[in-house]
Amino acid sequence: MSQHLPILQVVVPLLAAPLCIFVRNGRAAWGLAVLASWVSLGIALALLGQVGTGGVISYAIGDWMPPIGIEYRVDIVNAWVLVIVATIGALVSPYALVSVEREIDARRIPLFYSAYLLCICGLLGIAITGDVFNVFVFLEISSLSAYALIALGRDRRALTSAFRYLVMGSVGATFIVIGIGLLYSMTGSLNMADLAQLLPGVWESRTVRVAYGFLAVGFCLKLALFPLHLWLPNAYTYAPSPVTAFMASTATKVAVYMLLRFFLTVFGWHFSFEQMELDRVLLPLALVAIVSMSLVAIFQVNVKRLLAYSSVAQIGYMVLGLSFATVTGLTATLLHLFNHALMKGALFMAMGCVMYRIGSVQIGAMAGLGRRMPVTMAAFVVGGLSLVGVPLTVGFVSKWYLILGALERGWWPVAVLILLTSLMALVYVWRVVEVAYFREYQGEGDAREAPWMLLWPTWALVALNLYFGIDAGRTAGIARQAAEVLMAGIGQ
Amino acid sequence: MREEVIVRVGAKVLAPFIITFALYVHFHGDYSPGGGFQAGVILGAAFALLALVYGLDEVQRVLPPWFVQACAAMGVVIYAGVGVATMLLGHNYLGYNALAPDPSHAEHGQHYGILLVELGVLVTVFGVMVSVFYLFAGRGRKAQ
Repeated sequence: MSQHLPILQVVVPLLAAPLCIFVRNGRAAWGLAVLASWVSLGIALALLGQVGTGGVISYAIGDWMPPIGIEYRVDIVNAWVLVIVATIGALVSPYALVSVEREIDARRIPLFYSAYLLCICGLLGIAITGDVFNVFVFLEISSLSAYALIALGRDRRALTSAFRYLVMGSVGATFIVIGIGLLYSMTGSLNMADLAQLLPGVWESRTVRVAYGFLAVGFCLKLALFPLHLWLPNAYTYAPSPVTAFMASTATKVAVYMLLRFFLTVFGWHFSFEQMELDRVLLPLALVAIVSMSLVAIFQVNVKRLLAYSSVAQIGYMVLGLSFATVTGLTATLLHLFNHALMKGALFMAMGCVMYRIGSVQIGAMAGLGRRMPVTMAAFVVGGLSLVGVPLTVGFVSKWYLILGALERGWWPVAVLILLTSLMALVYVWRVVEVAYFREYQGEGDAREAPWMLLWPTWALVALNLYFGIDAGRTAGIARQAAEVLMAGIGQ
Repeated sequence: MREEVIVRVGAKVLAPFIITFALYVHFHGDYSPGGGFQAGVILGAAFALLALVYGLDEVQRVLPPWFVQACAAMGVVIYAGVGVATMLLGHNYLGYNALAPDPSHAEHGQHYGILLVELGVLVTVFGVMVSVFYLFAGRGRKAQ
């Protein structure tokens, strides 16, 4: 069975999703979701183990040999992203049980788990496939289920923010499929490895350059790079808590992966950086994203919204790493994919605990929670420190590699900027901490500690934050290996 | 439209033909334009026609909302299930050759495989189309 692992990675959540609808019972659907997401995590870890030694697994769907058929191709880069998505998926699904029962209409709970599993399936699919059209199909699966998940939020504004995300996301997806179509018209192939071989022959054509442009805008919309991020803050703010925790830690990461995969593997480093000068576009946008969004985050009064703006800034760091166009920069990007998933997952989960008890995540309502909900707020503090980049947390490791990348290029101002924006992160995290720990509780009555079903996944992520912050060798090693694979391109 | 005899009788006469045509489009899909998606839409259209003429309640007695929702999910199970079946028979996922009754003509499996997979598409598309129709047609009514 082990040769079927690449397809099972996608099929397990895909099959569990409709079964959730048949069981028609919230708890049973939850059980299925937990089972499927943990099996997915097991498969993802097994795949990472298999490719960890530098191998590539290729799986021909329907026995059609690539490049004719759809190929699932797992190398260290895919496996890394699969592990990120599957880890978060596996921790959010047990967390969802109590949170969803409080936030979502009972009739809709099986549908919620169904959409959740489809979203995991879509994101894992994007990460595993070696076929560019298949990427688009899975992108639609993950996006459509994400719109539905966000719209389930209790606040009625969830509907408008889901609709806004739908419009922006569809524009992004359309741009991506136009780009893929143009590539297909020039090369007659949809297989990534095959495209990488064929594209150098048609580099000079305007069609390929236009395709590149469409793809760039499409991906940047999906990963919420600065001027195209407008869908993100509302979507994260009004979505149900587990959805926010899951989406914030996975959806944009997978979009960054798509960008890397297309621009470095399919088009190749040479075309992206020497002919199209991608770094010149990405660098300023990334810097503006980091500075302006950190600034905006400081002035938010809703903590989920604050964290959402901080996410846009953090995406800026990932894109910044790519725009260095070096192995170190790319290592920082890939490392931050994982690290940011851990910290934002923990932070949004802590906010879910607060939402569960006091029904609000406004900063004002959180006064005194440091004493009322010590375990939850401690998780928030550790997650916040990680976001700032304090040593012994994963945030520090990401920032370390980013600054290393900047210095390697001799870009001192960028390195200084990274340090300054870390201080801005400290400001917005501190605002929450100050209110929670140094003010008296004002609400009435029932602000006890959150139930342990919410706390253990939160603390599992916090523990990972600390573990990989102290022992960064393994994650940094994988990220570097993946960066080298991406830089080398296919077939070399 | 309940009073219009011609419309009522016309819809009643047309519905079975539309349903048969849906099956034709499905089973002939590998030789001519068509397939599961188109067949599902046509099948859904038959029930939409009946609902327009006889009213939503009459059609929902035959085809309750929970049933169409289950259809939408069932199709995915059929599609993915075919893939799992071929995997259990020792081929790759969706390797239709595994389904051939006579191993010396393995390519016949492609025929059965595509029909089964498209059947899944038909069931899901039918379920989704009718669900969407119910949602729009049922707007403004009291939630049951």
